[in-house]
Amino acid sequence: MSSKASNQTTEQSKTDLTKRKFLSGTVTGSMVAAGVSVAPGIFLTQVAQARTNTSAAVTSDVRWGIVIDTTKKVDWNKCVDACNREHGLGNETKSNQEQKTEYIRVVKVKNKTTGYSSTLPVMCQHCETPPCVDVCPTGASMKREDGIVYVDRHLCIGCRYCMMACPYKARSFVHETLTDQKENTPRGKGCVESCNMCVNRIDQGLKPACVDASEGAMIFGDLNDKSSEISKFLAIQNTKQIRADLRLNTGVRYQGI
Amino acid sequence: MKYLHYLQIKGNSKAYITFIVSLAVIILIGLLSVYQMEHQGHWITGMNNQVVWGLPHVFAIFLIVAASGALNVASISSALGKKAYKPLARLSGVMAIGLLVGGLVILLLDLGRPDRLIVAMTEFNFTSIFTWNIFLYSGFIGIVAVYSWTMLDRPYNKFTNMVGTVAFVWRLILTMGTGSIFGMLISREAYDSALLAPMFIIMSFSFGLAVYLLYLLTAYRLSERPLGDYIVTRLRNLLGIFVAAVAFMVLIYHLTFLYSSEHRDVSLFILLDGGIYTSLFWIGQIILGTIAPLAIIYTPSMKNNRNLLSLASVLIILGGFVQLYIIIIGGQAYPIQLFPGYEVTSTFADGIVAQYSPSINEFLLGIAGVSISLLIITIALRLFHLLPLSLEDKYANPHHS
Repeated sequence: MSSKASNQTTEQSKTDLTKRKFLSGTVTGSMVAAGVSVAPGIFLTQVAQARTNTSAAVTSDVRWGIVIDTTKKVDWNKCVDACNREHGLGNETKSNQEQKTEYIRVVKVKNKTTGYSSTLPVMCQHCETPPCVDVCPTGASMKREDGIVYVDRHLCIGCRYCMMACPYKARSFVHETLTDQKENTPRGKGCVESCNMCVNRIDQGLKPACVDASEGAMIFGDLNDKSSEISKFLAIQNTKQIRADLRLNTGVRYQGI
Repeated sequence: MKYLHYLQIKGNSKAYITFIVSLAVIILIGLLSVYQMEHQGHWITGMNNQVVWGLPHVFAIFLIVAASGALNVASISSALGKKAYKPLARLSGVMAIGLLVGGLVILLLDLGRPDRLIVAMTEFNFTSIFTWNIFLYSGFIGIVAVYSWTMLDRPYNKFTNMVGTVAFVWRLILTMGTGSIFGMLISREAYDSALLAPMFIIMSFSFGLAVYLLYLLTAYRLSERPLGDYIVTRLRNLLGIFVAAVAFMVLIYHLTFLYSSEHRDVSLFILLDGGIYTSLFWIGQIILGTIAPLAIIYTPSMKNNRNLLSLASVLIILGGFVQLYIIIIGGQAYPIQLFPGYEVTSTFADGIVAQYSPSINEFLLGIAGVSISLLIITIALRLFHLLPLSLEDKYANPHHS
């Protein structure tokens, strides 16, 4: 490359950089302005959190988890609805009931001898040692550094081995072509999917949709942070993991089961 | 043993051409069915979020298991040094490759995204048995191809025993790998047992030899080549032992499960109250797939009847297919135990035996895979010197004077 051409390229990049800085400044400025004018304080904090979290690298210093208090009288279907809205689920037109996707479902458990029963929401339990990740041939089924287990839909070949391996029946297979999808949750025919703990929301500093809809019966937070609300709760309450005998050390815990 | 003259079959008979054309048509129909399945999505199949592997997997696993078993005939000759099996070894190698390819094609075409084959071939996760199987299966095809070549090309005969021994060890590991696909699953009670790996090896001995014997008897009858009693008797007796060995492994499997409280219910489900799966077990797997062929093989008045022996082989193949159906479909239909000992219900079919009715698309894909296997083997029979012109006792019996 000649020196003239090289100079031109350098100048061009400088211009691009300046343009980019200007644009990003303008966008941030308008966002802050909008935040202040619409909801001073709260919205501003959310924007700040969102920017911090999305730019921060995901590390294993954090392990996200959820505690579900089943002793609270909550209509868990509200959590299911919130999940469906967040991820655009329930838009199948051809699949039968057993073929439709459910990220989270309400399970009723009854003691056969005493008759005592309880209901609880069950979703991906975000295991520390997830069987679905072990068996996936391509690495599509993966665990993020912060403990969130989900499927990389670019790598999933639809072999469904993870569905065979999951002890919680937490995964679904997309049985048909889907339209009208949410931008946050692209879903493809022939791929496996499951609860991703609303990773899109967490990366913006928000809580998972089901937690927000749980009327306080679900606590979301960092299991590694001893001062977090979830860790404090776990420290004083006798919570359980579903199928604790499998020793998968789940990120989702239950109170009252 | 006199000098054996191997020759390819003529392949110009009406029966041969009809067979080849029929297979091609079945494969074509199967591919159209796959196209529909992939275009529409798996909603047109009977599979769902509980029974995630359906009829195609039963066909595929059967062919893969039978492939390693079909190689046994060659292994007995090369790795174990039994001269009586040497004339049969060439067909054995080619059959092993043909069966495996048919099985793999089914597995590939049943994927949700078969177009992402390149992903499966470039992105590996070595904690996955599937990843290991990709190497075991492709390695098997390569090794058996070399093995067959050393048998077919006289100057390289001196390597046959060595390569044959490698192939034998490889095939044992391969079948263990196939069994471990299920054995290493903690999630479903019908699996989660190391017993599945040796059980699949024994099953491969039985299913593979049944396929081999049936094909051999048919090929010699249709090509009007003589086939003496010596070799047939040996294969028949060996088959009887293998069928009995599978029955023994099934007994051990259920006894182990009945003994352990966490597995007892799934064993009782299959043996007593599993509806279609219980019927399939007793009628299909035990009576038709085990007792009936053993009766044919060991009853003096029946054992020398070639037609009955072919029938016994067919029954063993069908019984094996049923056995895999029970393991694969029955094992998935049995509900996943989120809370063992508790009654569980939900909108996602928790706590109930899952319904599964295979669709015609799945069946056509499975049959197409079988046809691909038969097509490869039958065309190879026309191209290569696989079968001796005569297997009369004076040629086949190494001790014949």
